[in-house]
Amino acid sequence: MYKPKTLFEKVWDSHVVLEREGEPTLLYIDLHLVHEVTSPQAFEGLRLANRTVRRPDLTFATIDHNIPTTSDERFHIKDQIAAQQIATLRRNCAGAGIPLFDVGSGRQGIVHVIGPELGLTQPGMTVVCGDSHTSTHGAFGALAFGVGTSEVEHVLATQCVSQKKPRSMRIGISGALPDGTSSKDLILEIIRRLGTDGGTGHVIEYAGEAIRGLTMEERMTMCNMSIECGARAGMVAPDETTFAYLDGRPYAPPGEAWDKAIARWQPLATDEGAHFDKDITIDASHLAPIVTWGTNPGMSAPITATVPGPDNAQDESERNAILAALDYMGLQPGTRIEDIALDRVFIGSCTNGRLEDLRSAAKVLRGYKVHNRVTVLVVPGSEAVKQAAEREGLDSIFTEAGAQWREPGCSMCLGMNPDILAPKQRCASTSNRNFEGRQGRGARTHLVSPAVAAAAAVAGHFVDVRGWEYRK
Amino acid sequence: MEPFRSHRGIVAPLHRENIDTDQIIPKQHLKRIERTGFGTYLFSDWRYHPDGSPRHDFVLNQEHYRSATILVAGKNFGCGSSREHAAWALSEFGIRAIIAPSYADIFRINAGNNGLLLIEAAGTTVQRIAAQAQARPPYELTIDLENQTIADGDGLSERFEIEPFRRHRLLHGLDEIGMTLTHEAEIARFEAAVLRCTPSQGYSNLGTAT
Ligand code: SF4
Repeated sequence: MYKPKTLFEKVWDSHVVLEREGEPTLLYIDLHLVHEVTSPQAFEGLRLANRTVRRPDLTFATIDHNIPTTSDERFHIKDQIAAQQIATLRRNCAGAGIPLFDVGSGRQGIVHVIGPELGLTQPGMTVVCGDSHTSTHGAFGALAFGVGTSEVEHVLATQCVSQKKPRSMRIGISGALPDGTSSKDLILEIIRRLGTDGGTGHVIEYAGEAIRGLTMEERMTMCNMSIECGARAGMVAPDETTFAYLDGRPYAPPGEAWDKAIARWQPLATDEGAHFDKDITIDASHLAPIVTWGTNPGMSAPITATVPGPDNAQDESERNAILAALDYMGLQPGTRIEDIALDRVFIGSCTNGRLEDLRSAAKVLRGYKVHNRVTVLVVPGSEAVKQAAEREGLDSIFTEAGAQWREPGCSMCLGMNPDILAPKQRCASTSNRNFEGRQGRGARTHLVSPAVAAAAAVAGHFVDVRGWEYRK
Repeated sequence: MEPFRSHRGIVAPLHRENIDTDQIIPKQHLKRIERTGFGTYLFSDWRYHPDGSPRHDFVLNQEHYRSATILVAGKNFGCGSSREHAAWALSEFGIRAIIAPSYADIFRINAGNNGLLLIEAAGTTVQRIAAQAQARPPYELTIDLENQTIADGDGLSERFEIEPFRRHRLLHGLDEIGMTLTHEAEIARFEAAVLRCTPSQGYSNLGTAT
């Protein structure tokens, strides 16, 4: 009898090359994405061992982490070590025959933005990249996870990873997201409830009415941040929304192959009665915009709440963690989130640097000026996103409001390029990590949705965007 | 990879949970193209003042802990980024083993690929070791991977669990790529059985989901 399977199991099972008792499974990889920071040592390792890249045709590279976001500096990088790392990637790709979506090609961008937008990421695939936010690609019903550099080398050499099978978790979302909230708020809410290690060892499938109602971009935001609750990957079953998104993309199957692909993708959805190791349901209908106040993505509160204090801790170690976070963030318990004043706003990253995110921020900013104390950086996720946004005139909404419209890259999400904060500067950021020092040493990061970030840019402090007066 | 059989060394306590890889090796040090040169930057924002002088309030700068080779820390050690630079920095500094209640998945794999032993111990054991390391430095532990025990020669002697395959690889310092390449025939067979077009034609098969 056929045993009902989850989406995750279907993708996993169809990629098993070898299963051995007491050893990890050898899993075939369909798509390997590469960027400049985590790959040089892998290519070097191959060279030292006299090995070659097995499937350059299944490997694609881009430049994102280091790249400056001003139009002249991106072609003339001043930071010599960054420039060398980028030059090394170009050389490694040319040597191995790996396609590189280079700066200025029209296809460069953050690796997790370009994979989907080029149609490289497809349902049912296994996708890896030397980057923890590879979980983003799970929004297509792919099994996608981040790997370390030794594993990058392993995939380059063998097109496989050696992995222990993770456990499965379903998070069912009932209800619909209220106006003024987004999937960013939903995933921050999930991370707060689960904790930053609640998903460890698991692949999460997001399911339910609310998820079916999300666009691909919103689904990507959720899968992107799955790693922030420790999950190996996040997944959403492919459906009409997925197919409509992929149709006609440069690497999507063309013509007859497209119909065959759909026929293969449709049955990927989790079977009725399939077993999950954990099954959770969350009601989204009372969701509020969420703001992080601490130094990990689980330390967050609804925008209408106040900053918690040590008395809210469950135990001694949580108490210490709250005290350390408040100290780093320069916050007092009991402060209203809406009273937190900001110096910077960053709109971008692989979490919220796609066209829809920019639209959502622009909708709030239209007709307003950003607060005179606040510097606002808008960094599109890719060259294609930038061009599309400019075609719609979003760039002029941003610049007329007083925000800076930059060139694509990771930028202030991790500040490996020149875009960093000074110590103690406070930033509302649409990215995914508020760790100590993430946006610069001593810098204070609050994670929010694009709409909340835009509203905060105007007000100079957080505001409940649900009451926003949109201007024409 | 250097094999790990048994090790005796000084323990340094990090009284924190969720120590993320951004702390272990901050991003400003990720631009190197070599596997080496990261040890100096281990925990650099915690270890040094912005002017580069050492912070005496950080444990690894204190007299009894400078030559520590074992770290004891709170749960979910190594969360965050996939940067293997974290494992390289720890190893290069001289850390051979970490004792904590739990670890993030990617860090666990990266550690394994660099001969760094992660011991998952009960919260009470972790607290006990951290308290000892704090109270009477230099506090030393002997870790015996062959027999899966940690002992301090002074009353503490505990068995720890580790996946047999992980243990086997560490004990023998096995290179994972070399191991996988012995299965070239299976990989080739898989590729042949499951039809794949080149990406320029659009992917084709990608799985025979049944
Ligand atoms: S945008 Fe941020 S999280 Fe995403 S890949 Fe770049 S650095 Fe990593």
